[in-house]
Amino acid sequence: MRIGVPGETYPGEQRVATTPEVAAQLIKLGFDVSVQSGAGAAASYSDEAFREAGAEIVPNADAIWSAADIVLKVRAPDPEEASRLRSDQTLVSFLWPAQNPELLETLTKSGATALAMDSVPRISRAQKMDALSSMANIGGYRAVVEAAQHFGRFFTGQITAAGKIPPAKVLVIGAGVAGLAAIGAAKSMGAIVRSFDTRPEVKEQVESMDAEFLMLDFDDEDGAGEGGYAKVMSEEFIKAEMALFAEQAKDVDIIVTTALIPGKPAPRLITAAMVESMKDGSVVVDLAAEQGGNCELTVPGEVVERHGVTIIGYTDLPSRLAAQSSQLYATNLRHLLTDMTPEKDGRIVVDMEDEVIRGATVCKDGETTWPPPAPKLSAAPQQAAPEPAPAPAEPEKPSLMGPLIAATLGGLALLGLGAVAPESFMNHFTVFVLACFVGYMVIWNVTPALHTPLMSVTNAISSIIVIGALLQISSANNLIMWIATFTILITAVNIAGGFAVTRRMLEMFRK
Amino acid sequence: MLSPGIVTVSYIAATILFILALGGLSHQETARRGNWYGITGMAIALLATVFGKVTDNYALLVGALVIGGSIGLFLARRVQMTQMPELVAILHSLVGLAAVAVGFATFMDHTIEYFGVEKTIHDIEIYVGILIGAVTFSGSVIAFGKLSGRIGGKPLLLPARHWLNLGLLLAAIWFGREFVLQSADGTGMTPLIVMTIIALLFGIHMVMAIGGADMPVVVSMLNSYSGWAASATGFMLSNDLLIVTGALVGSSGAILSYIMCRAMNRKFLNVIAGGFGTGGGTGAAASDGEQGEIVAIEAAETAALLANAKEVMIVPGYGMAVAQAQHTVYEITKALRAKNVNVRFGIHPVAGRMPGHMNVLLAEAKVPYDIVFEMDEVNEDFPDIDISVVIGANDIVNPSAQEVPDSPIAGMPVLEVWKGNTTIVLKRSMATGYAGVQNPLFFKENTRMLFGDAKDSLDAVLKAL
Repeated sequence: MRIGVPGETYPGEQRVATTPEVAAQLIKLGFDVSVQSGAGAAASYSDEAFREAGAEIVPNADAIWSAADIVLKVRAPDPEEASRLRSDQTLVSFLWPAQNPELLETLTKSGATALAMDSVPRISRAQKMDALSSMANIGGYRAVVEAAQHFGRFFTGQITAAGKIPPAKVLVIGAGVAGLAAIGAAKSMGAIVRSFDTRPEVKEQVESMDAEFLMLDFDDEDGAGEGGYAKVMSEEFIKAEMALFAEQAKDVDIIVTTALIPGKPAPRLITAAMVESMKDGSVVVDLAAEQGGNCELTVPGEVVERHGVTIIGYTDLPSRLAAQSSQLYATNLRHLLTDMTPEKDGRIVVDMEDEVIRGATVCKDGETTWPPPAPKLSAAPQQAAPEPAPAPAEPEKPSLMGPLIAATLGGLALLGLGAVAPESFMNHFTVFVLACFVGYMVIWNVTPALHTPLMSVTNAISSIIVIGALLQISSANNLIMWIATFTILITAVNIAGGFAVTRRMLEMFRK
Repeated sequence: MLSPGIVTVSYIAATILFILALGGLSHQETARRGNWYGITGMAIALLATVFGKVTDNYALLVGALVIGGSIGLFLARRVQMTQMPELVAILHSLVGLAAVAVGFATFMDHTIEYFGVEKTIHDIEIYVGILIGAVTFSGSVIAFGKLSGRIGGKPLLLPARHWLNLGLLLAAIWFGREFVLQSADGTGMTPLIVMTIIALLFGIHMVMAIGGADMPVVVSMLNSYSGWAASATGFMLSNDLLIVTGALVGSSGAILSYIMCRAMNRKFLNVIAGGFGTGGGTGAAASDGEQGEIVAIEAAETAALLANAKEVMIVPGYGMAVAQAQHTVYEITKALRAKNVNVRFGIHPVAGRMPGHMNVLLAEAKVPYDIVFEMDEVNEDFPDIDISVVIGANDIVNPSAQEVPDSPIAGMPVLEVWKGNTTIVLKRSMATGYAGVQNPLFFKENTRMLFGDAKDSLDAVLKAL
């Protein structure tokens, strides 16, 4: 089948749905790939690079839409593109079916199959296709870069000859993928980072990034909703939360908000009054601008200055890091297509039994298949049953009875032996017991690295049994003589082999 | 002809040299000297015996020594380091066989006659010597077969095998009694031969029931047996040199077995009784099934990760030996160290098929031993490690040992690689380890799987570096 990648039509969109590297991998899967000329230019992927990867470069979008069996895009198709879709084609892109009912209807009517990358269920198996996470990750990073651009000071603290520079304080609201990426970026630039989230289970993740997790003194209300996303909180909770933000706003220099609840307008978290209370020169980056913004004063798509505070409301942060986001998005697409091409023969199978494919498919054969049935598994731990308190590791008390009994029995046995055995035997026995103890003392000092040489050398030494054969070889009895000869032969193998191989091994141990 | 006094003094010298030989192996610096002590001790003992005790048949003696010695040297020169466990096992079997032969010869030799209690004790010594020798012999042969892959590694679990063992033991004791009684009348060959066969069967059965990864215990246990066999022979011949040397070797092997068992958190009897996890079946069942997503990685990506890391820990396992990948591992280590990456090796005591197996392989590949560490030395460092590379190891890096209390391997000390930043696991497939326990490490978020033959994968990584 032929995969077509048209250039993005949305104004300012710089991403592209495939990269030369991914195109090559798709070709390996058996697909033909055509890319519209110049589609990757904004993301620094030249036509030449695509051609080298084995893709065909076609002059315009028409050629893509007419020839391709599968169309890969980043943004949802515009009405004109949607109308070009034929019933035998498959479209894979972000679609946002909840927000774009008309588009969904158009797509359904066309009879084509459409898969929405934003609807890939959030289950472990589908993590590699989770384009939302990929984009959120980039968005979080870019948010900090944008903030640094508009922030008039260093992030990191320094003591210089010209005086002390305090580190910038960054508050990240919402510790999802984007939030964590923002925390990581800000932290690595040297800022003091705090983070807040309604879901207590992310505390650990925040702290693992060396940031401070702000706790609300509140009854344990869990903000984790379906699929690991956040849900709407109770009124009292929000009140307490707002008080916390108001207090923090006075202290921090940069606020990055990433609070989103699926299918709902973004919650208002930063009021105009809070912005006013912030220090002059502070920066607010609102990653929820597209859904209305977490900050009251955000203007979607723009950077504005209010009360001396820069408020960044870009809605295209991933596109501002086009090469990176194209690469991750294209890889997500490749994983999806790999899963859909079980035979690796370049023919996709839309398997509606597969939970991931089913979730992503929004329309097929003229029928709307969105929303899918609820996913069975959540990425978040299912209300992890309060972990059974780890059984207090019971220090195994070595029972005194065992050794005592053994010692008593051993002693009795020795006494019994001593009572009947002749002196000659007891002399040998003394030697034997002492030798055991010497061996015991010596061997404990051997370093584990030398255990193999130790075994081969003890093996060679145990061939001392050859003495027995030497004593017998002079026997007048022919049978005994030959047995002894045989014994000498095999023990000689052992002596020479054991010592030689030990030497060989020890020669190898070098500092 | 040396006087008996000279011979005795020589034996004392040999004994001391043997103790020094074992003591020398405590450290790499003194190990080579230790080996020379051993060789000297053996030479002194041989010469003293040859010139002090032997009266006839010198031609046969020298012939046997020369032929056998040449075979031994040839074997030692030819053996691959990965085959060391097999070689050690087969050499153990020779000691066992020698003990049996010397035992029979002593029994047939009537030049020295014993009477009364001394006779009984002498008979028992012969009997026990042959018994231990035969078990060592057949057990080592089976261990050799298993280690060299001629016999499957799976434990052979006969029904009621514990009863079978007990039955064999009782039979051996009964025939021992018969033997002593008959020997008093000048016969007794029949019960002796029957017992030898029983002992051989016992050795076979014992090792057959033990699975691949318990081999370190088996090899060190057989090492111990070969020592006890020599010691028993010493009793039978009233020779203190044999008694002492055998006891040294015997306790050495016993300690090694104990160390190996402790490294697997298993009871010695449990290992010897064979099988695995007979008591822990429920835990294994509970942790079965899909545990999450595994993330595969390519060689090129692995190389990039390694090149960008500061602290790298390599954890080799039996898989490295199988794939003969140790040289490539060292090439990678060299390349990384040239880039100022701190590469270290973490060795689990039971990694491989023989105590110290991994150390020998790494030494063969010229890895300097001061970057090779034991588990206890590095386990606390894992949180600071950027990349851990697990090469063909499974159970020794299984977090269930700590996290799942009813897992069959619960409580076994393991290398805590998952506490590091990223773990790369080289593996041929998703098969479980020897213990048959799924390894949650593979499903951890910071674990990447590099599938394929370890050597091929590492070659590709090296190329990409």
